[in-house]
Amino acid sequence: MSSISHGAAPAARWRPNLSALGPLLALVLLILLGAMLNGNFLSYANIANVVARAATMGIIAIGATFVITAGGLDLSVGSMAAFIAGMMIIIMNAVVPWLGTGWTVVIVGMLSGLAIGSAAGALNGVLVTAGRIEPFIVTLGGLGVYRALITFLANGGTLNLNFQVADVFSPVYGGVIAGVPVPIIVFAVIAIIAEIVMRRTTFGRHCAAIGSNEQVARYSAIKVDRVRLLTYTLQGFLVGAGTLLYVPRFGSANSSTAVGWELEAIAAVIIGGTMLKGGFGRIWGTVVGVIILELIGNILNLQSLISPYLNQAFQGVIIIVAVLLQRSRRTA
Amino acid sequence: MDRGQALLAGKAVSKDFAVRVLDGVDLSLYPGEVHALIGENGAGKSTLMKILTGYQPPSSGEVLVEGKPAYFAGSADAEARGIVLIHQELNLAEDLSVAANIFLGREIRRGPFLDVRAMRDRAAALLAELETHVDPSQKVASLSVPERQMIEIAKALVRDARVIVMDEPTAVLTARESEVLFRQIARLKGQGVAILYTSHKLDEVKAIADVVTVLRDGRHVITAPTASLSVDEMARQMVGRDVSDLFPPKRALMNDEIVLDVRDFSVPGRVEHASFQLRRGEILGFAGLVGAGRTELMEGIAGLRTAHGEVTVEGRTVRIRSLEQASRLGLAYLTEDRKGHGLLLNQTMRPNLTLLDLARFSHILIDEKAEDAALDKAIHEFDIRAPNRDVRVGNLSGGNQQKLLLAKTMLVEPKIVIIDEPTRGIDIGTKQQIYTFIDRLAAAGKSIIVVSSEMAEVIGLCHRVVVMRLGRIMGELEGEAITEEAIVRYQMGLTEVAA
Repeated sequence: MSSISHGAAPAARWRPNLSALGPLLALVLLILLGAMLNGNFLSYANIANVVARAATMGIIAIGATFVITAGGLDLSVGSMAAFIAGMMIIIMNAVVPWLGTGWTVVIVGMLSGLAIGSAAGALNGVLVTAGRIEPFIVTLGGLGVYRALITFLANGGTLNLNFQVADVFSPVYGGVIAGVPVPIIVFAVIAIIAEIVMRRTTFGRHCAAIGSNEQVARYSAIKVDRVRLLTYTLQGFLVGAGTLLYVPRFGSANSSTAVGWELEAIAAVIIGGTMLKGGFGRIWGTVVGVIILELIGNILNLQSLISPYLNQAFQGVIIIVAVLLQRSRRTA
Repeated sequence: MDRGQALLAGKAVSKDFAVRVLDGVDLSLYPGEVHALIGENGAGKSTLMKILTGYQPPSSGEVLVEGKPAYFAGSADAEARGIVLIHQELNLAEDLSVAANIFLGREIRRGPFLDVRAMRDRAAALLAELETHVDPSQKVASLSVPERQMIEIAKALVRDARVIVMDEPTAVLTARESEVLFRQIARLKGQGVAILYTSHKLDEVKAIADVVTVLRDGRHVITAPTASLSVDEMARQMVGRDVSDLFPPKRALMNDEIVLDVRDFSVPGRVEHASFQLRRGEILGFAGLVGAGRTELMEGIAGLRTAHGEVTVEGRTVRIRSLEQASRLGLAYLTEDRKGHGLLLNQTMRPNLTLLDLARFSHILIDEKAEDAALDKAIHEFDIRAPNRDVRVGNLSGGNQQKLLLAKTMLVEPKIVIIDEPTRGIDIGTKQQIYTFIDRLAAAGKSIIVVSSEMAEVIGLCHRVVVMRLGRIMGELEGEAITEEAIVRYQMGLTEVAA
C-alpha cells in the first residue's frame, strides 16, 4: 500500500452506495407498488394515517436503535408499553376525584408514563451493567414480568380510561396542527433530535464505539457501563413517550396490548441498516424501516388479491433481505 | 538452482483490490526448504500467502502444485492438497479442547460416533513430539500464545501438510519460545516439508531460512540463498534505502526531576511490590519475558486494573481508579493489543483519533471540522499513510494502525506516556519512524515508559531499563550497563549481575 500518496489524503468522494440506500429504495418500490394497486394509496389522508399509526412503534424503535448500536438488546419493550399504558390509565382514573377530568389529569398521566418507562429502562440497564447479566436474558425476563403485571392489573380483562378524560386526551393522537396529525409531529421531532444525538454527540459516538469493540471503548477512557445504562434508560423513556400516543388512540389496555412489539422494533432497526451486533446505527434508517413495515400492512389492506393474513410473512422476507444487503456491504 | 520439482509455486501472481497490491510475483517452494518472505508492511506478503494457500484467488497469474496449475476453490481445497496456512491471529476454537481443535474437521470416528480416546491419544503423541506439554483435553482458552501456536502446527501435521505457510509466527513469542518453534521447523524440514514463513526479525530469518525472497510495494525484489545476504542487505532491499541507524542517538536528560514515583505497587495475582521512578524527558524501558507482569503493572498504574500502592505524579500522591482520571493527570497508556484494545477496526480514522478525548471536540455537538483538522495534523505529524479518509482502520497496515494509535494517545497531550510494545509486528522502516517519534516526544519534555519484549529496542532506545520477572522487579540498568547479557540474567532470575 506504499504506492499510494500520503500526507493530505484526498477528501472523501461521494459515490452511490446501493446497500446504504437500500431501505430508501425499498420504501420507494413499496410506494410505487401501492400506487399501482390502489388509486387512494397516495392520498394525503392515507399516507398521513400510515405515518401516524407508525409513530408509537417508530418512537420505540428509535430507542432500540441506541440500545442495539451499543451492542445491547431489549426484548421487554412490548410488555413494558402495555404495562405503562395500564399504569397510566390506573393513575389517571385514580386522581380524577381530586383533579377533575381536565388537562391536569392528562398531564399527570403523561408524566407518570414517562417516569415509569424511564425507571423500567433504568432497571434493565442496572441489571445488564452492574448485574453483569446478558441483555437477552434480563429483557426476556422483563418481557414476561411486565406482561404478567398488565394481565394482573387488568385482572385478566381490560383497563378502560375514564371516558371524560379520554375525550380530553384524544387530541394527542387524533389532533391536527397546521394540517399535520400530532403523532407525526411528535415522531418527527423525536427522530430529528435522535438523529443528531446519534451522529453528532459524544453519546452517539460512544454507543457506536462500545458496540463495535467494548475493550477499545474501555481503553479509550469511555465509561462503558454508564453509556450502556443510559441507552436502556433512554429506551424506557421512549417506550413511555410512544405509549403517550397509544393511550389516547384506544383509551384502554389489556393483556394483548403491544404483543410482539419488541420484535417489530428490532425488525425496523435492522431493516434500517443498523447492525444487529452493534457498532453502527442510523436513526433515519429505523424511521424508514418502521414506515416500511406499516406500509406493507396498509397495502395488503387496500387490495384484494393477497390475504392480509400474510402480512407478517412479507415483513419477515423484508427483514431477511435487509440482512442479506448488510452482509454484502461487509464483504464488499 | 535446480532443486527438482517445486511443491508449490506462484507464477506471475498479481492481485488488485482498489490498488494493485501484488504485481507479477514469482515464488517457488521446494521440499525440505525453509523459505523466508520478507518486506515492509503493505509489501504484499500476506496477500501472496493467502493466494498460495487458497484464501484468495489471484487477479492474474497462477498457482502451481507440483508443476501443474491449481485452482483452489477455497482454503479447504488447498488444505486437502497438503497446503496449510497458519495465521498470525491464530484461528482456534477457544472453547473446544486441544484434541478437538487438532482434529477439527478431520475427526476420527468409530461408526457414527467420535472416537474421543483415539483423538486424545494421537494428540498427546503429536504434542509430545512438538515438545509441548499440555493436556489434550484442556480447553484452548486456557493456553498461552506459544502453546496455541504449537496446537496450530499439530493441526497442520494431522492434515499431512507438505507445505506449511506461517504468517509471522514469532511476533508474539519470546526468544526462548521462538527457539522451540525453530527446532520444530528444522524437524519438519528434515521430513521434507516445504516451509514459507514471514518475519520482521531479520536476524531470525538469517538464522533459520535457506532461501529468502524480498517483496517491496507488491513487487518481487530478489530471491537469494540466505547465506549470500547480510541482515543489513536484507533491510536495504526491503526498504529500498539504507537503514543503518535504526535508533536515534540518546539524548542527555535535561534535569533529574521525578514526574512519576511508584512505590510498593501491587496488582493482585500479577504484580507484587513494584517500585520505580520516572524522570522528565526520560525513556524508561521495561524488559522481561511474556507473562512477567509488565503490561499488568502498567494497566494497574493507568487505572485499568484494580491495584494498590503509592503513586505520585509530579509531586502529588494520587489514587488512579480509571483511565479517564489518568488522562486528566496527564498520564496515557498505549495498549500492546492495537487490534483488540486500541482501535475500532470497522470505523474510519477520524472517530478513532478523537475517541479518547471526544469532550475536547464537542460542546453540545461534535465539531467535525475540528476533528478533521486534528486528523490532518495527525496524518502529517505521524506520517500516516492511507489511500483515503474513508478507509476502515482495519484495512490499514499494522504500521499505519500503530501510528494512528500513537496519534490518538498523544491527542490528550499527556506528560507521561506508557507505550506497550511500540513496534510489535511492524516493519523496519516504520519501526525507525516510531523510534524517531518517541525520541521527539522525550525531547519535548514528555516522560516515556516503553514496555518491550524486543531486546534491541530496549537497549537502543532507553536511558534506563527495569527488568521484571514473575511479577517482580528484578533490577534496574542504566547507561552503559544496559546490555543484552545483563537483561537476560535478570530475566532468568539471577539477581547478581556479573561485573
